[in-house]
Amino acid sequence: MFISYLLSGISLGAIYALIALGYTMVYGIAKMLNFAHGDVIMVGGYIAFTISVTLGADGWIALLGSIIFCTLLGITIERVAYKPLRGASKLSVLITAIGVSYLLQNVALLIFGSASRNFQALIVVPSVEIGSVTIPGNTILTIGVSVVIMIVLTLFINKSSAGSAMLAVSEDKGAAQLMGVNVNKTISLTFAIGSGLAAVAGILMCTQYPNIGPYTGQMPGIKAFIAAVFGGIGSIPGAMLGGIAIGVIENLSKAYISTQLSDAITFAILIIMLLVKPTGILGKKLNEKV
Amino acid sequence: MKNVKKIVAMAMAAALCVVSLTACGGSSDASATFVIGGSGPLTGPAAVYGIAVKNGAQIAVDEINAAGGVNGMTLELNFQDDEHDAEKAVNAYNTVKDAGAKVFLGTVTSTPCEAVVEKTKVDNMFQLTPSGSSVKAVQYENAFRICFSDPGQGTAAAQYIGQDLGLKKVAIIWDNSDVYSNGIYEKFKAEAANAGLEIVSEQSFQGADNKDFNTQLIAVNEAAPDIVFLPIYYQAAALILQQANQAGFDLKFFGCDGLDGIIGQLEGDAALAEGVMLLTPFVADDPDEKVQSFVKTYQEKFNEVPNQFAADAYDGVYVIKAALEDAGVKDASVAVSELCDLLKASMVKITVEGVTGTMTWTADGECAKTPMGMVIKDGNYTAIAD
Repeated sequence: MFISYLLSGISLGAIYALIALGYTMVYGIAKMLNFAHGDVIMVGGYIAFTISVTLGADGWIALLGSIIFCTLLGITIERVAYKPLRGASKLSVLITAIGVSYLLQNVALLIFGSASRNFQALIVVPSVEIGSVTIPGNTILTIGVSVVIMIVLTLFINKSSAGSAMLAVSEDKGAAQLMGVNVNKTISLTFAIGSGLAAVAGILMCTQYPNIGPYTGQMPGIKAFIAAVFGGIGSIPGAMLGGIAIGVIENLSKAYISTQLSDAITFAILIIMLLVKPTGILGKKLNEKV
Repeated sequence: MKNVKKIVAMAMAAALCVVSLTACGGSSDASATFVIGGSGPLTGPAAVYGIAVKNGAQIAVDEINAAGGVNGMTLELNFQDDEHDAEKAVNAYNTVKDAGAKVFLGTVTSTPCEAVVEKTKVDNMFQLTPSGSSVKAVQYENAFRICFSDPGQGTAAAQYIGQDLGLKKVAIIWDNSDVYSNGIYEKFKAEAANAGLEIVSEQSFQGADNKDFNTQLIAVNEAAPDIVFLPIYYQAAALILQQANQAGFDLKFFGCDGLDGIIGQLEGDAALAEGVMLLTPFVADDPDEKVQSFVKTYQEKFNEVPNQFAADAYDGVYVIKAALEDAGVKDASVAVSELCDLLKASMVKITVEGVTGTMTWTADGECAKTPMGMVIKDGNYTAIAD
């Protein structure tokens, strides 16, 4: 029993983690909360759905097509909605992000209609049985993909020159520009990677919970944001850890305390976390220079 | 070349004449056009219900007009979007009232319905909700409904499972953020003991945003119920069936009218719905002639199979027609309040044979009709054989 609850918590958490990776990366580098991230996930799911079901193409083509589309969408959103506000206050950017989120939802509503659709799995991984416990294939797939993405992202940021540019921009935009880093290009790249990740998250989420509608990305987006804050926003391993932690806490409180209180408990833990350690589990403590 | 232009010009002039003539012929005075106002969610997460109601009602209006109208009056539907929001529903009601609506067909969902009924009561406008199933949705004398009430469904389901199916151990998974689900759940629980049922596990979830049911299913499976009662809508139920299947649980499910639409929702995985039982007033595969004609027209016009909301709305317009005929209303310029008193009196007298069954009403607005026990077999809804 406990193992089953734990496993279903981890598999839910892995989805949160995957979404949180995108949130945390954009926040870490561009220092903005991209509230439209959850809706890019929804778009990713819909593109994969259209390619595989409506056009009848192969699962891998749908996966690739969806990643490419979302990457381009991410760059476009950044160019059109966020770039003109580079010098504006953080609040304006935040409100714009919420606007973009509603725009994406409503465009999806117009194109795909309000009825949610059943999403056929693109990639099927067989379940594994260990003793009396069955680990569903989807869980293995989601956790595996999340871990691989986390490692690749960490390596990319710490080892590649584009990654170094990202780190430089995240520390000090102005100074980075003076040192010859193309700030606009770097931020565009961040959005491109973040949105590509959103497509992967969208497809995996729809594989595990085979259902897609225009509002699919909203609640997971919010939960993943909490996971990112919980793990320490800006930190990539933190997003992973936060996601799994939120998923497990949510499921265990559903199982052992109350199905009606699980969300309340999850959010209460977040509040306690923020009171005790405001930077999250793995967040860096930044001293504001005056 | 010049001739061609001339011909085109003449043709256009002729067309213009025809248009102006039809415009003259079509315009009618206020006493001949009876406006039915209505509102429902045409956008937003609940849009599937509102759109179905609007389409279903429109088909009935078109059919009635094609057959000569009601007592010489032509019906007109003025249906506004309320986005499943109480405040917007009140605005929508005011809009249709200003546009001359005499009766109100709506709202589609319970929460806005509870807000609008407060307004129609003040104006004493006759209100008929196709699908607002909460108790308060028709709490005043001027309001009636087509669908079952939530408590009514809870009681019927408990009796059906305990007596007709003869089962004992029941588990429940319900949505505790939803009026519909809560209403059925509470009454089901109250009736369970009378029906000889033992509730072995109660699991809830919050809202349509919730997609993960693994925890609830593990607990339900552990309790080893004879049947799992799902007083919820089909979107969540589809996910429950899929996750139960993924986890390898062998569970039987039973639901209410909210499960109608589950086969379509599962699309490629429709085989999972096999054996699911439900109590519902309307099934699109019912061989009944009226039902088949409605389903056929709906499919031709809107390219999809109508759900029970469309059926409720279709019946709703015919109920308004029957009540108008019974009351002998011939003049559409009748005052709203006077009309309401006439229709109220007629509602408790009439019997309407609709696509959702044979309906009669009591003065408290409740509709009496028999729910049918259905089981999904070979991808179709079929009546449960006794």
